[in-house]
Amino acid sequence: MKSVIAENLVKTYNKGEVVALNDLSLDVEEGTVLGVLGPNGAGKTTTVRILATLLKPDSGHATVAGIDVVKHPDKVREMIGLSGQYAAVDETLTGWDNLVMFGRLYHLGRQPSIDRANELLERFDLTEAARRPIKTYSGGMRRRLDLAASLIVKPKILFLDEPTTGLDPRGRQDMWGVIQDLVKGGVTLLLTTQYLEEADQLADEIAVIDRGTVIARGTSDALKKQVGGERLEITVENADVAATQEIVARISGHSTHTDLRTISAPVLNGSKDLMDALRAMDEAKIHPLDIGLKRPSLDDVFLSLTGHVAEETVVEPVKTKRRGKK
Amino acid sequence: MKNAASDALVITKRQLLQLARVPELLVFSTIQPVMFVLLFRFVFGGSIDTGESGGYVQLLMPGIFVQTVAFTLASTAIGLAEDMKKGLIDRFRSLPISRGAVIIGRTFGDALLNILVLVVMALAGFAVGWRPTSGILQTTLAFLFLFMFGYALSWIGILVGLSVKEARTVQSVGFLVTFPLTFLSNAFAPTTGMPRALQYFAEWNPVSTMVAACRQLFGLENNFGATANSWPSQYPLETSLFYMVLLMVIFIPLSIRKYKNFSS
Repeated sequence: MKSVIAENLVKTYNKGEVVALNDLSLDVEEGTVLGVLGPNGAGKTTTVRILATLLKPDSGHATVAGIDVVKHPDKVREMIGLSGQYAAVDETLTGWDNLVMFGRLYHLGRQPSIDRANELLERFDLTEAARRPIKTYSGGMRRRLDLAASLIVKPKILFLDEPTTGLDPRGRQDMWGVIQDLVKGGVTLLLTTQYLEEADQLADEIAVIDRGTVIARGTSDALKKQVGGERLEITVENADVAATQEIVARISGHSTHTDLRTISAPVLNGSKDLMDALRAMDEAKIHPLDIGLKRPSLDDVFLSLTGHVAEETVVEPVKTKRRGKK
Repeated sequence: MKNAASDALVITKRQLLQLARVPELLVFSTIQPVMFVLLFRFVFGGSIDTGESGGYVQLLMPGIFVQTVAFTLASTAIGLAEDMKKGLIDRFRSLPISRGAVIIGRTFGDALLNILVLVVMALAGFAVGWRPTSGILQTTLAFLFLFMFGYALSWIGILVGLSVKEARTVQSVGFLVTFPLTFLSNAFAPTTGMPRALQYFAEWNPVSTMVAACRQLFGLENNFGATANSWPSQYPLETSLFYMVLLMVIFIPLSIRKYKNFSS
């Protein structure tokens, strides 16, 4: 069963001048994770806002848990959790204050709200900071609290809009762990991200969007195959280029690409191929200046799918329309 | 309906919690009106001859009360704009709470803050010689008028906050509206000295009718420059009440509608 369905969504701003969504369709199978991957301004936030009932599409149709988001937004709101790009919590209040407040707004009652707040603070490793104003939290702590706030009533369907944008590597790792735990718990998750690595880690399926429409979708492996997957990349002295080309071609089984002194080719077995390459280089007495595996980035995906790199091609509609943020 | 009320109260409670968590907010929202009381009392008080027993401060206090509650417009708008900017309003809107609870809760919170500010100002006024002479009932009614006026203006603030969105712009707009309104009135100086056109404006200005109404309710004879026999100067209570009801009838539905549709 599909938990989330979006069909032919169109959304424009400024009387049609800015096209945020241009016939966007996607769906999420119950209990799975869909990663919506795209650069800034591609329409990720607009999509999430429509599905979370914050925005009405100009045309098109969307259902969440089988409920039409435009016709019955109240019913949809009871089913979903939403955590946006920026921690949407009251910064002057403490983490505990915020969670209890949201509990009350979900009509949990006083004591259940308090219990749930304590439980979530514990689970997200925020118990120590519970009585401090959010202003004093690190970026990662804010995000975790924001996520906790969206989990108060244990929603079956969760929308996370760029949950790790702006976090340092440590915060990102923590957040990934938290999200992976949630997914094990069986929620259906739609997650937007600018990072291929993140979609790769968390999503069962990836939809790549650009300029308001889905340009490719499939599993991470399928997409990578389309992009070319991992590449073995070796940089050597000029004298060794020819010999190295031979080694790389043998391991890869594909034709090599040479850029000055850097030779690369797609490989299927990642680290095993890397070790084979090292051994072969050692035997041939070639000393590599640099050797490694290169994973495709969002830029590579975009380059191969669209022929242009993932730059900010569209004015972020949220910026012009509503608030002064990216 | 029961949920609507309890949702709104949760939002109101949030504002009170903010004051508890950041007591500086409370100090700043009361310090400015108190400063005005002292400045006007001691800077202008000596040079304006009012012919009123008890001096300028008797006429001044109703003016400053009204001016202060008029700034509710700006503070409501700023608070709302900040919540929107931080994405908090989005989060509230993604919750299954009743329509309007968020903004109704905010107007309640700002109203409660007004009560506190009015109490602090009254005490400051008392300290510098202000004495209502009309009795407890009329004095209470005056404060009720002030409270209601602030509440009505809060709803304009909601519409401004939802329309302008950027807190700093909202602040400028708020002051651009409230400053001329409070000074083109009888609040601090007689309107009789103004050019004719401004006199008309000042006379019908809700700030003037409110100030005149409060002066009357506090027991003053002199309404300070209201031209004799004009309708608002003769019936300041009725005119003020009319204005407040009118503002609420217009701006409550407009604001709620704007809130429901503001991003679609």
